[in-house]
Amino acid sequence: MLEIGLSHYLTVAAILFALGIFGIFLNRKNVIVILMSVELMLLAVNINLVAFSVELNDLVGQIFALLVLTVAAAEVAIGLAILVVYFRNRGSIAVEDINLMKG
Amino acid sequence: MPKAEVPDLLPVMPELFLLGGALVLLMFGVFHKGGQRDTHVANYRFISSASVIVLVLTLLLLLPVSSSDWVIFGGMLVSDPFAIFVKTLVLLASAVALVMSQRYFENHGLARFEYPVLLLLATLGMMLMVSANDLIALYVGLEMQSLTLYVMASFQRHDVRSTEAGLKYFVLGAVASGMLLYGASLVYGFSGTTNFEVLAAQLSGQAAATPSLGLIIGLIFVVVGLAFKVSAVPFHMWTPDVYEGAPTPVTAFFSVAPKLAAVALFLRVMVGPFGDLADQWQQFIVFMSIASMALGGFVAINQRNIKRLMAYSSIGHVGYALIGLAVGTEEGVRSVLIYMSIYLFMNLGAFACILCMRRADRMVEEISDLAGLSKSHPFLALAMAIFMFSMAGIPPLAGFFGKLYIFLAAIEAELYGLAIIGVLTSVVAAFYYLRIIKVMYFDDLAEPLERPIGREMGLVLGGTSLVILFFFLYPSPLLTGAQAAAAALFSG
Repeated sequence: MLEIGLSHYLTVAAILFALGIFGIFLNRKNVIVILMSVELMLLAVNINLVAFSVELNDLVGQIFALLVLTVAAAEVAIGLAILVVYFRNRGSIAVEDINLMKG
Repeated sequence: MPKAEVPDLLPVMPELFLLGGALVLLMFGVFHKGGQRDTHVANYRFISSASVIVLVLTLLLLLPVSSSDWVIFGGMLVSDPFAIFVKTLVLLASAVALVMSQRYFENHGLARFEYPVLLLLATLGMMLMVSANDLIALYVGLEMQSLTLYVMASFQRHDVRSTEAGLKYFVLGAVASGMLLYGASLVYGFSGTTNFEVLAAQLSGQAAATPSLGLIIGLIFVVVGLAFKVSAVPFHMWTPDVYEGAPTPVTAFFSVAPKLAAVALFLRVMVGPFGDLADQWQQFIVFMSIASMALGGFVAINQRNIKRLMAYSSIGHVGYALIGLAVGTEEGVRSVLIYMSIYLFMNLGAFACILCMRRADRMVEEISDLAGLSKSHPFLALAMAIFMFSMAGIPPLAGFFGKLYIFLAAIEAELYGLAIIGVLTSVVAAFYYLRIIKVMYFDDLAEPLERPIGREMGLVLGGTSLVILFFFLYPSPLLTGAQAAAAALFSG
């Protein structure tokens, strides 16, 4: 019987985190996908924190995870707000259209 | 029976006061009866001036706190000479940036009271960052600052470039936060604590010689996240676009206060908890430092937009500051603090000049628009020349001493290569600073910029240029302050 331990959680979190990063840098379609990828990265961090917290028998990790959740919600709210203003000006949220300034 | 312990709030009085001030002003702005355009402007003017007063009062409140060291909220925050030194400069920079922005926002129909409130909250976030003594406090402070900065970057919300700047800043800032957090979670997992003091104790001696792989990976992620925030190469790609797109007063603010706070946070994290792991992170910092100096020097040569030029210039300056961090000694930290303080005055002054570049009530941003400035605005041209000479590091201006201390620290630590590359890139950088002076003084006047430049601009320009010009006569307040601040970081 396979025992699910810390390393499994860490592996899942690492895969999720990598997916999040690839989602941001390889995505050429839509900014909303970038927001989802950011969320994916933060969730990977939360899995990490909770897994470590249980492993270490220490509550700090779970408090950290709760704070990350809260801040992530605020972050997405601001991100969507900026996205809406951008869409009003430009009429598009495709990633390749965000090119007014080279960079 | 255990006694309920009331947390001692005295050491966080400045922060609490700033928070209270920001919230009161926010409520005032929201519930103020308006309707006509001019009442909006009057409202904005009042809240903007009140915010400057709040910042100055917070600065004064730092005085009683600075007498001794404090650890607050169960080790979450500290208040030591290092924090006080950086907070003083951050508050000063925020106040000056706010004073400079008033007229711009009125002229561009952006006189909304949210801007001063956002600036106050961003400053509060920076104060928390600088005081952070725990990975949790670090994250919360950093996010508090970043979230407000995203909004400030896109404040000119009917302008495509401003919103694009905000969007880019947001996406890359969120990635940086994610990296930082992932690193923080690994550090927590492999050391069992998030407190900086406990981390420093655990990672000293034998443990520092053989750190676990997970911890090293976590450390690298934390460094990457912080490098994003200070915009060091190769994590700088957001900087030019954000600086160019954001409204100019916002760019002025971005280039001083958040940069200073982020560099201070970088110093505290690297020297404090991870100080004994210097072997692991030093190479990385050296690489980023060289890359930032080189990119800041070479890419800026081709720029025509002056805000974009200032972005590359700030990347270069961060490269010099990172030399001091790579040294990692008390001397190194002191030199970084001196460098960043002088940088703050130079940049505020330079942006005050840029904010004066108006023609028929519109901002002009090309370097060629400065042509013949010495004939139409002799004093403005003189001030700009002082800042540019200082940034290029020409003695006896303050910028020269900033670079001098950095290179001395590098030489003392036997990082000769870094010092030599620093000197060479500063020669390259001198080219584009001097080119601006050449355009101002030797090119033919095309079309004069608008006059007058405004009383508060004159005040900022005069103050900063005097500081830069006469720093060498009386440098001791800055030197002793930086010395005490650096010593505080190493005493723990």
